Amino acid sequence: MTFATAQVAAIDPAGEKAASVQAEGVLVQYPKSAVFRRFLPPSDKPSHPAAAAFQRIVATVLPTTIMLALLLTIWQLACGHEGSALPSPLAVWEQSHDVIMHPLKGVTFDASGIHVQEQGDVGIAGHIIGSLGRVLVGYALASVAGVLLGMLVGTNLYAYRALDPLFQVLRTVPPLAWLPISLAIFQDVRPSAIFLIFITAIWPIILNTAAGVQNINPAYRNVARVLALNPAEYFFRIVLPACVPHIFTGLRIGVGMSWLAIVAAEMVQGGTGIGFFIWDSYNSSLLSDTIVALVWIGLTGFALDRIVAAIGRLVART
Amino acid sequence: MKHRSYLALEGLTVEFPTKAGMFCALDHIDLSIEKGQFVALIGHSGCGKSTLLNAVAGLVKPTRGVIFLDGDVVEQPGPDRAVVFQDHSLLPWLTVEENVALAVSKTSKGKTKAERSDWAMHVLELVQMTHAAAKRPGEISGGMKQRVGIARAIAMNPRVLLMDEPFGALDALTRAALQDVVMDLQAKLQNTVLMITHDVDEAVLLADRVVMMSNGPAARIGKDRPIDIARPRNRLGVIDIPDYGAARADVIRFLHEFHRNPTLAA
Repeated sequence: MTFATAQVAAIDPAGEKAASVQAEGVLVQYPKSAVFRRFLPPSDKPSHPAAAAFQRIVATVLPTTIMLALLLTIWQLACGHEGSALPSPLAVWEQSHDVIMHPLKGVTFDASGIHVQEQGDVGIAGHIIGSLGRVLVGYALASVAGVLLGMLVGTNLYAYRALDPLFQVLRTVPPLAWLPISLAIFQDVRPSAIFLIFITAIWPIILNTAAGVQNINPAYRNVARVLALNPAEYFFRIVLPACVPHIFTGLRIGVGMSWLAIVAAEMVQGGTGIGFFIWDSYNSSLLSDTIVALVWIGLTGFALDRIVAAIGRLVART
Repeated sequence: MKHRSYLALEGLTVEFPTKAGMFCALDHIDLSIEKGQFVALIGHSGCGKSTLLNAVAGLVKPTRGVIFLDGDVVEQPGPDRAVVFQDHSLLPWLTVEENVALAVSKTSKGKTKAERSDWAMHVLELVQMTHAAAKRPGEISGGMKQRVGIARAIAMNPRVLLMDEPFGALDALTRAALQDVVMDLQAKLQNTVLMITHDVDEAVLLADRVVMMSNGPAARIGKDRPIDIARPRNRLGVIDIPDYGAARADVIRFLHEFHRNPTLAA
């Protein structure tokens, strides 16, 4: 006897009439099949919390892993034959083995920070670190200038009228188009790269900050007036906290655009940096190295975006 | 010299510039409110009740006429005319206690940090919100948010407490609970209160006077009915008091008159 039928038998030993309910003298007959369904078999979910957690993690990670495996298989099948234009995954692993396994070549960590050797053979992580260094400086400058300009344009109508048309036109200029001008101004490669990052990242930060200021709930203005907050208090205690979500949206977009810009800029100029690495490996017909670099660039950009988002959540909570 | 009441509106006229010319919201309002009085302001939607309250708060400048509070002319908004907004307007990035503390910090000059935080918690206790002091507005219900809004207003020790349809966005049960809170506060603190409401029962239950406004534009004070029911008032007990029914009937008849004939001038 199965578990379910045992349950049914317990309430209806004769097995003829189904269970019935007495409601104010009225006998309601349920069909036997409904009663049968009322007693479901016990759930086969694991009851142990660790097992449940494991199931959750697997359920989240497994589809991505399967998709990845599927794509790699397709890629291998498409490019695995001789004379293929792109190296297959296995070819990449063979040819760029050194690049993949020794990313930190030429990188030293000591008390004064991370050092990447200028000349000679540098591992891929060293190139990434070099690029990140430039991004950080340019992005930091763009963040500060962007938030300040955004606040100005958002609060002051005349500043908006004066500056917004300029911003709308300049922001459509692609980063590489700024390169000749930047080189002409700064002459040196390093400051011109930083300027390039600055001029690329600043536009989304300005525009999102301005939008944040303009979208402050007008009720907060009334609260500030009733509480008689002076302009400084109003700015620091109401405007700034209210704009945090918009500011960080702008900062996230800005960091993504900075990363795009630096790779493009480094391809054009020489030296160290992941963009230079790509261009160099392409010129040396080492496409497998380029593909490895692509993966590293994507993962680094993803990490940058998530870091900024996490900082934003932290700031919003305080 | 004519005795001027604690809060005196004299010939208050408020006009707003629009594309089609000047729009008159209030037309020569004369209102006298004594210290410690609880006045309910009632009228149809759009009749200018909020404009009147905002003028008393100093958020709107009168076009003509003056508002006197204890002899001083009302010009700028300030914490001495605390406002409880219809949508509570709590700052969502601050906790409940921090929201009240912000108001306390602006009105407690010369008090120590300990005294200020004691006062903030005392005021939260008056509205029964001490258990949620560390929560953010996003984590509490509408009724609780409005309690905090009321706490923030009374924390400023205002000369006049202005309430703009404070319970309009709440369900009936929460409204009843908060009306009791307000009655308790009134008994303890004896504030001068001007409350806008749509609810006739609420107006007659809570107020010493119900001021009825005519329809906008160019609204005026229509009728001013005193409510002489003894305090403390009990929601169920007042039903048996004849003046309660009579007052309710008066207000409803007034509002109905203006609903039937919106162009009727007072």
